[in-house]
Amino acid sequence: MGTTTTAAGRRPSGTRKGLRGSLWTLAASVMLASTAQAAVPPTPEVNTTGLAVTDDTVKVGILHSITGTMAISEIGSVQAEKLAIDQINAAGGVLGRKIEYVQEDGASDWPTFAEKARKLLRQDDVAAIFGCWTSASRKAVLPVIEQYNGMLYYPTFYEGLEQSPNVIYTGQEATQQILAGIDWAVKTKGAKTFYLLGSDYIWPRTSNKIARKHIDKLGLKVVGEEYYPLGHTQFNSVINKIKLKKPDVIFASVVGGSNVAFYKQMKAAGVDFTDEKPLLLTISVTEDEIRGIGGENVNGIYASMKYFQSLDNPNNQDFVKAFKAAYGDDMVIGDVTQAAYLGPWLWKMAVEKAGSFDIDKIREASPGIEFTKAPEGYVRIHENHHLWSKTRIGQAQTDGQYKVVYETPELMEPDPFPEGYQ
Amino acid sequence: MFDGYTTSELLSIFAMQGFAGLSLFSVFVLMALGLAIIFGQMGVINMAHGEFMILGAYTTYLTSNLFQSYLPSLFSGYFFVAMLLAFVVCAALGALIEWAMIRHLYRRPLDTLLATWGLSLIMQQAYRSIFGAREVGVELPEWMMGAIQVTDLVELPINGLFVMIIALAIALGVYLLMYRSGWGRKVRAVVQNRPMAEAVGINSAGVDRATFALGCGIAGIAGAAFTMIGSTGPSSGQAYIVDTFLVVVFGGAQSLIGTIVSAFSISQAQSTMEFFMSGSMAKVLTLLVVVGILMLRPEGLMALKVRR
Repeated sequence: MGTTTTAAGRRPSGTRKGLRGSLWTLAASVMLASTAQAAVPPTPEVNTTGLAVTDDTVKVGILHSITGTMAISEIGSVQAEKLAIDQINAAGGVLGRKIEYVQEDGASDWPTFAEKARKLLRQDDVAAIFGCWTSASRKAVLPVIEQYNGMLYYPTFYEGLEQSPNVIYTGQEATQQILAGIDWAVKTKGAKTFYLLGSDYIWPRTSNKIARKHIDKLGLKVVGEEYYPLGHTQFNSVINKIKLKKPDVIFASVVGGSNVAFYKQMKAAGVDFTDEKPLLLTISVTEDEIRGIGGENVNGIYASMKYFQSLDNPNNQDFVKAFKAAYGDDMVIGDVTQAAYLGPWLWKMAVEKAGSFDIDKIREASPGIEFTKAPEGYVRIHENHHLWSKTRIGQAQTDGQYKVVYETPELMEPDPFPEGYQ
Repeated sequence: MFDGYTTSELLSIFAMQGFAGLSLFSVFVLMALGLAIIFGQMGVINMAHGEFMILGAYTTYLTSNLFQSYLPSLFSGYFFVAMLLAFVVCAALGALIEWAMIRHLYRRPLDTLLATWGLSLIMQQAYRSIFGAREVGVELPEWMMGAIQVTDLVELPINGLFVMIIALAIALGVYLLMYRSGWGRKVRAVVQNRPMAEAVGINSAGVDRATFALGCGIAGIAGAAFTMIGSTGPSSGQAYIVDTFLVVVFGGAQSLIGTIVSAFSISQAQSTMEFFMSGSMAKVLTLLVVVGILMLRPEGLMALKVRR
């Protein structure tokens, strides 16, 4: 991986900027003669900061874990990003240049993520990075990407409370997922009492904080709030507590292997989710997770997401078809996978709007960009670098797919720093 | 926290909570027995124990797929075949590993620790390459899902009962093997005094290999049983390893009875506390108590009295 070498890559790093400047002038003068034939803008014009852009290629980075515990979640994102890149290349590339990617493995280890990000930015001079999955990996990469002024497209739904000029967040921040979900449960299901349950780390805790505030605001009641260590496998006690408290809604943000244990044990304890007594609303189980849990164990639960594989619109049908053609018929596509797919497209549109690969110009051009071909329908980049998108509620079926039962009529405004919710 | 509940409601919740404690106990016993045999009898700390369990789980997964495609009529009974296969596969791999790696490292505990940890990483990556990074869903026969309705409020999970029965059966089997069979006598002889055991004609290398294989095989059965309650993925074994070591060390490294007693006390403490406080706090308190007791009794609950 990363075998392409540009003229810039071969130069000693000490004098790279100066040398590069003069080389560009040379290249530009040579090119002046030849560019007339195509509408491709000359490289020195679209790349003033020494990124790995040549006359017919541009290099980007993909930075996810393909080994270690997080590989299970991140592989879908890698696949989606590669698919988007292939499609963009097939459609003529970005500013007439084919995208080449350098893939690095974050290995489920946060310092490794930071180190690889530095490598991508300093050594490969990538024009954008599509990557990171957990908040911890993003937080590790953040200082690097800000120091070297890179651009990261981050796909995962996350807890919010962040807004970097060097990151575009293509997943939802917490309020987009949670508020709509709870409002739906209250309005259509008449929910009055809630039990908040999550794995013990920042995302579930922040999410539940937001959920609790919102429930309080509505004048309803939280009857329990619990966290279990990551990887916890025994949920019998909490299941008993839930049976004792009889909440209307279990609001679950359990992640990873714990998820499998939790739903299997709920099922074994005689809970039938289709009864909706209690109703289970999750923000952490996508189609990807159901593959490990087993459709029969989650049949009837509700999830609040922005994307489900079963969404019925032409964009999504094309996307699902292309994804399966590329990676096999038995693939499933979860919320984050779709968000990862948006990354390369949003970057391409920003580059083309700015008419330049320069990070500063992309940053300026990004807010307001609309992507009408998104599998989830339509998205727009907000001033705060998050996406306007709709929130949907889906009910899990035995075949491991969600049936969409509700969709917010309007796009939800991203609000990474919700007032009164912190 | 119990305002507004009737006595019968409370009683049934406590009954179910007691059952939850017992089923945690059997999970602990299953996890720890294999490790206790290897650690206790051979002094080898097998860091790859969790990965052997997951090998058992993957064996179950493959067996379930096999039955689904070729013998759908017998699907309801596949689990027993799967457990047997899990034992055989894990024991065979265990014997191979002992022969190739462990036997060269006896009396070098730290090196074994590192070597088996490396082995666990290799096994994890192998699972990832073979089965994919995603967790696989192991489908269970219909009769193993759901719960037995005892009263209106008391429901006992069938898979919990099943795990309990397996744990009991294996504990009993290990007891008979170790304390009531000729082979067990040889194992104990080797543990107590290796040169003397060799002098009276016991093939100690053979005993070591068989012990290691047995421990791994039991880990395999445990893994097969855990497909009912947990996840099956390349790194799922990591979720069990800490608790496993906790139980074995707390029980006293060389005592199988100690392992059982320790599994019982830790599981009861944990599940009771989980009921009254949040899961993370219960875990922290359990660990604190264990650390405290180990400071007073460094040899664990039931230390074997041996001449040093």
